[in-house]
Amino acid sequence: MKKTKQLFAGLILMALGLGTAQAEYTLNLMKGATKVSHDIYDLHMLILWICVFIGIGVFGTMFYSIYHHRKSRGHKAAQFHENTTVEIIWTIIPTLILIGMAIPATKAMMELDDVQESEMSIKVTGHQWKWEYEYLDNGIHFFSSLDEASNKARQVGSGIDPFTVENYLLEVDKPLVIPTKKKIRFVFTAKDVIHSWWVPDLGWKKDANPGFINESWTSVDVPGTYRGQCTELCGKDHGFMPIVVIAMNEPEYNAWVEKQKSAVAAEAGSASKQWAKEELIAKGKSVYETNCSSCHMADGAGLAGTFPAIKASKVVTGDINAQVKLMLDGKGMMPAFGKMLSPVDFAAVVTFTRNGLGNAVGDSIQPSAVQALQSATPGAGKNE
Amino acid sequence: MSAVVAEHDDHHDHGPAKGLLRWVITTNHKDIGTLYLLFALAMFFVGGSMAMVIRAELFEPGMQFVNPQFFNSMTTMHALVMVFGAVMPAFVGLANWMIPMMIGSPDMALPRMNNMSFWLLVAGVLLLASTLFMEGGAPASGWTLYPPLVLQTGKALPFAIFSVHLLGISSILGGINIIATIFNMRAPGMTLMKMPMFVWTWLITAFLLIAIMPVFAGAVTMLLTDKFFHTSFFDAAGGGDPVLYQHIFWFFGHPEVYVMILPTFGVASTIIPVFARKPLFGYSSMVYATAAIAFLSFIVWAHHMFTVGMPIAGELYFMYATMLIAIPTGVKIFNWTATMWKGSMTFETPMLFSIAFVVLFTMGGFTGLMMAVAPADFQYHDTYFIVAHFHYTLVPASVFILMAAGYFWLPKWTGHMYDERIGQLHFWLSVVSVNILFFPQHFLGLAGMPRRIPDYAVQFADWNMISSIGGFIFGASQLLFLYIVINTIKGGTGEKVTGEVWEDAAKHSLEWTLPSPPPYHSFTTPPTVIPTEHM
Ligand code: HEM
Ligand SMILES: [Cu+2]
Ligand SMILES: [Cu+2]
Repeated sequence: MKKTKQLFAGLILMALGLGTAQAEYTLNLMKGATKVSHDIYDLHMLILWICVFIGIGVFGTMFYSIYHHRKSRGHKAAQFHENTTVEIIWTIIPTLILIGMAIPATKAMMELDDVQESEMSIKVTGHQWKWEYEYLDNGIHFFSSLDEASNKARQVGSGIDPFTVENYLLEVDKPLVIPTKKKIRFVFTAKDVIHSWWVPDLGWKKDANPGFINESWTSVDVPGTYRGQCTELCGKDHGFMPIVVIAMNEPEYNAWVEKQKSAVAAEAGSASKQWAKEELIAKGKSVYETNCSSCHMADGAGLAGTFPAIKASKVVTGDINAQVKLMLDGKGMMPAFGKMLSPVDFAAVVTFTRNGLGNAVGDSIQPSAVQALQSATPGAGKNE
Repeated sequence: MSAVVAEHDDHHDHGPAKGLLRWVITTNHKDIGTLYLLFALAMFFVGGSMAMVIRAELFEPGMQFVNPQFFNSMTTMHALVMVFGAVMPAFVGLANWMIPMMIGSPDMALPRMNNMSFWLLVAGVLLLASTLFMEGGAPASGWTLYPPLVLQTGKALPFAIFSVHLLGISSILGGINIIATIFNMRAPGMTLMKMPMFVWTWLITAFLLIAIMPVFAGAVTMLLTDKFFHTSFFDAAGGGDPVLYQHIFWFFGHPEVYVMILPTFGVASTIIPVFARKPLFGYSSMVYATAAIAFLSFIVWAHHMFTVGMPIAGELYFMYATMLIAIPTGVKIFNWTATMWKGSMTFETPMLFSIAFVVLFTMGGFTGLMMAVAPADFQYHDTYFIVAHFHYTLVPASVFILMAAGYFWLPKWTGHMYDERIGQLHFWLSVVSVNILFFPQHFLGLAGMPRRIPDYAVQFADWNMISSIGGFIFGASQLLFLYIVINTIKGGTGEKVTGEVWEDAAKHSLEWTLPSPPPYHSFTTPPTVIPTEHM
């Protein structure tokens, strides 16, 4: 029985160590970067300590008894089997402890729930398997998906050691940028299935439900990069849709906003220019890798029974306009890419699929032609 | 009337049917109990091997063995097989074997239905397992089967749903049978408040089962019509709401987790007094606490949904209600401790598993209490922290108690003694490895690792590797249990066991007044003396 004692002593020590050792090892909840996250951390520590003390009391009594009240030490069994006083005491004390916990918990809950008086709003839409961000105040709008280095390394049998990839699985191509010290309201929804948006340093997660809107808010004190992940199972690549939030001081944030706006203007210009087929194919390859390969596979072979192959597909080797239309509108689990991809990326990936992945149709399409088709099909690419 | 009686008498002379057919057509509570227990043991290994696939893939970062879709199928099937194929059937098996013997009756009240409910279970689980080989793979949406994701399942969807229907019918029939038996077949003098705790907890569990299985069946049927018949219960585009499914599911799901723990409480309350050589402390408060937990289990479901976007009033209500469960749960734990207090304890394998149960279940209760606090759950939810929570409540709690029950009653069932040395070895290997397996998962969750992911960021690597090593040791150790079961059935240590098996056990419960192994029809004449030491 000595071993049991040692084991459980070890476990309790491990639990006690939680509070002090957290700096060196990732053992405990992070304190986070907001007032709310600090409050939640304090609440967490409060309940943890309550549990540790109750645990010491209960397990201590039990192990005392296991050691002393054993037959091998000649202990004779007492025959009592109830005691109303003790039973009342051990019902009332826990009740009081619970009330003591409920009060700070209620306060924290009210605080979390209060989205009033926010200074800006960001709409977050979950997609299989990327996040879409829309700044409701200034119109900035982009998608954010797993970065290329992680994506290559995470393929089955890629042979790439994850330890060599910086921020493996926690890096995105385009992070969400927010200003510090501002109350930011988030609204959440999803396009296909339920996702959940979690950045531990902000102190909460919120589900993104298709067809419904959820709200939450944050106000980050310290500039920095905060990483998180989707936390609601959303299919195959649920583990591969991270979140990166960069909090910047006001002036830097404003500079970032300006840069985004001029990038949009440049993008519009490139859509009207004539592109060479080779240029489109080269660009299309990387568009394919970030947007299509998770379902249709990197080699275009698809996944039998769920995701059709691109290689030798009837659609891809058939009429090019029909392919564009299918991709604009989406079909079943295939999202409508009309709004997700810029006309340039769209034309590039169409051209790539028809001239790569084992296909050799030979034709290509210009971004301007895609735009024309898009406006000719009412509803195409409209996300709502 | 007299004709019926005559036929009944006639039956008593029949022993079991000859040959393999005995097991197919049997209506005997012991045969059916054996079938349930062996089936559950087999499924424990099937579900366990899926867990080994999961832990192998999570052994280190990067994708080594399976693709993400198959990984999701594994987590889904592991949970469904363990819940519906292993833990629940194992407890039904125990109920079949023990309830008639504990209340002094010859058999269950509805023996033919008993047979049917077992074979429906087999059909349901086989149907579920067959989805692994279907186009598009087995369901991969988690055991909670949330829409819209679950509607993306390939060909397997209707089969999985039909399998849930079969499992549901099987459980309901089992529940009805247990209630009918307990209400009608008790020996004279066995009043409700004299029933052994195991019988009490199963009575309450059976009511839970009857209440919730139709709800689950309803929820999955709505999935079916959404997918194939153009309804939109869970589709916003048609005026439905995907979150509605979650409310229905957890209205079933929360009591369901108590279906797996209440009989556990019953077994612990049976074993601990025998080895402490003392009556159970606070018998009536144990009964009331069980009833209170069962009642509360119906009004706390949305604590699984704190982040789904509920109004503040809902969040607060479900937080307070969930915290309340800690009170009756605490009463139970204090009562077990008080039962050991000033006893004269010995530590045979069943007692070791029971003590480990009390301690480790309490750990699960602690994390449950932490997650009950809604704002804190905004951090814990859907991380490895909750994976640690429910595995503590299910593995070193429900599963350990099933092991304890096995060691406790195998000598009664077979008439042979198991090998105590191997039993103790099995216990120590299990209790150490289960903590290596699940304790680090608390750290992983707090540090930010989401659940249900096939690959993870490198800062989670160390604890995952430790957890996997614990998993492999735990998995391998269970082969010892298999060995012990087979060995004991075949003759065990060769030592002839008495009817009582354990010192003074007959003072605690009626089954120990029968010889070991007991006669085919347990009590053909009702016992006259009701043991009271268990209360
Ligand atoms: C003291 C009693 C308990 C409390 C207060 C409690 C509380 C909770 C809470 C709040 C959650 C949701 C966590 C989340 O998703 O964020 C949860 C999950 C869970 N609990 Fe408990 N729990 C208790 C006991 C049990 C018991 C006895 C069992 C089973 C035998 C159990 C099994 C589960 C399971 C299976 C889940 C996860 C379900 C899923 O999402 O897949 N819990 N518990
Ligand atoms: Cu996800
Ligand atoms: Cu629950």
